[in-house]
Amino acid sequence: MAKRLAELLATWDQTVALAEAELRKLRHDPIELFTRIVQPLLWLLIFGKVMDRIRAIPTGGLPYLDFLAPGILAQSALFLSIFYGISTIWERDSGVLTRYLVSPAPRWTLVLGKALGGGVRSLSQAIVIFGLAAALGVQIRWRVETVLAMLLFTLLGSALFSTLSLIVACLVKTRERLIGIGQLLTMPLFFASNAIYPLQLMPAWLCLLARFNPLTYLVDALRALMLARSQSSLGLGTDFAVLALTLVLLIALAARLYPRILL
Amino acid sequence: MAGNDSSSFAVETDQLSRRFGGFCAVDRLTLQVRLGAIFGLLGPNGSGKTTTMRMLTTLLPPSSGSARVDGHDVVGDPTAVRADIGYVPQMLSADPDLTGYENLWIGAKLYRIPRSERRERIEEALDFMGIDQPGELVRRYSGGMIRRLEIAQSLVSRPRVLFLDEPTVGLDPAARRTLWRHLRELRKQWKMTIFLTTHYMEEAAELCGTVGFLRAGRLMHLGSPEQLCHAGGRQRSLEELFLEIAGEPNPSDGNSYAEVVRSRKAIRRHG
Repeated sequence: MAKRLAELLATWDQTVALAEAELRKLRHDPIELFTRIVQPLLWLLIFGKVMDRIRAIPTGGLPYLDFLAPGILAQSALFLSIFYGISTIWERDSGVLTRYLVSPAPRWTLVLGKALGGGVRSLSQAIVIFGLAAALGVQIRWRVETVLAMLLFTLLGSALFSTLSLIVACLVKTRERLIGIGQLLTMPLFFASNAIYPLQLMPAWLCLLARFNPLTYLVDALRALMLARSQSSLGLGTDFAVLALTLVLLIALAARLYPRILL
Repeated sequence: MAGNDSSSFAVETDQLSRRFGGFCAVDRLTLQVRLGAIFGLLGPNGSGKTTTMRMLTTLLPPSSGSARVDGHDVVGDPTAVRADIGYVPQMLSADPDLTGYENLWIGAKLYRIPRSERRERIEEALDFMGIDQPGELVRRYSGGMIRRLEIAQSLVSRPRVLFLDEPTVGLDPAARRTLWRHLRELRKQWKMTIFLTTHYMEEAAELCGTVGFLRAGRLMHLGSPEQLCHAGGRQRSLEELFLEIAGEPNPSDGNSYAEVVRSRKAIRRHG
């Protein structure tokens, strides 16, 4: 029993090792956090304010800015994570990756650690956006458990998109191609989701696409948890199940592809 | 962890080969390295030294043949091999955006060093390699110190076999000598087997009990530096032997573009 526990603890340490590296790097150089905040700020302040005024989007009685804020939070997690594979390409080019791969850590722990590292990055940004939304007068559901659940969903969602990016990195192997594919992916993922307008507003084909888009489930959960007067339209359980299951599948795939980035 | 058989070899390869498309980088390599030896793999650029090392460290699957490291098969049981070895590649393997200490800390977690021993092991490794600024970011280290940190990094898990790919490339003579001293001590005090590649013949003569000469992926000579220098009743230096074996540089088996970029980078970082 004690042995199993020690075993479990060691595997946990292996898993969080790369996430911890990410966190420590962020602490050494937090400037990136501030530059990354500009884009979501513009979405909230300009797009949000203007659309709020024309009241063209049915939001179920919410002010548009409130409706938008969780969408922008999810968007920033997506935009940050979808290019996260670049760091792995950099690690390959510099040689740091070799050190990870010669370690006895199971490949899935390395990949999951990397994904959680992406999650940590998004999380620090999510906290800033959350504060910003509150400052702009968005009616927040101020409860410890919902705020924590919101952070958990953000971590889950960005780990998912980070893993997707890692998979692309393992396949295309160069920075330039990864950036190209990242740009190809972000806008469709963003627009075919409920981030800036509800599913009901979409034509049937787009609505169908949105149902296959993990971002939709992330936005749905964040909206329900973050806002004082909002409910999940898909169900929080469904949101969680879809995101967690997709993450598991992507991790399994990434673990197979990861060592091949060297070849 | 001891190997799972009683063999006295740290590294054993049998007809080990690796092909890239039509190009054969390592061609039926068969060699043994005794436990506790310092073994040097020599040869001109593109002769297959790094490819061999990448197969032995489980980074690259062989095309055919087999290899055992510390008694474990590199294909059949890569995790056991990984747990028993340390590897310092030619490229930078320490993260420049972390401190020296943090680099070892992350490594200790990946190698499942129990929490209670982590600090002690890290301090031991830093101490042994003479790293006196573990709290500095690695990007502020000098070239020689980065190399020593990278070795310290691989010592935390107390490997039985240490692989070093051109460990002194780009170092000045003083830093090179310091590193040699450390490697000799590692072998003596930690009973470690060291498998290295190098371009510097005086380094091989100075450090290695046995050397192997590769050319175009084939093992041409194997023996102690003294034996090789006297072979055929004719006295010559390792350098002369190297030129004899390497022959005229052949443009087709020289460095690939990627290799040139890599070694230039290594030189720039140490320079």
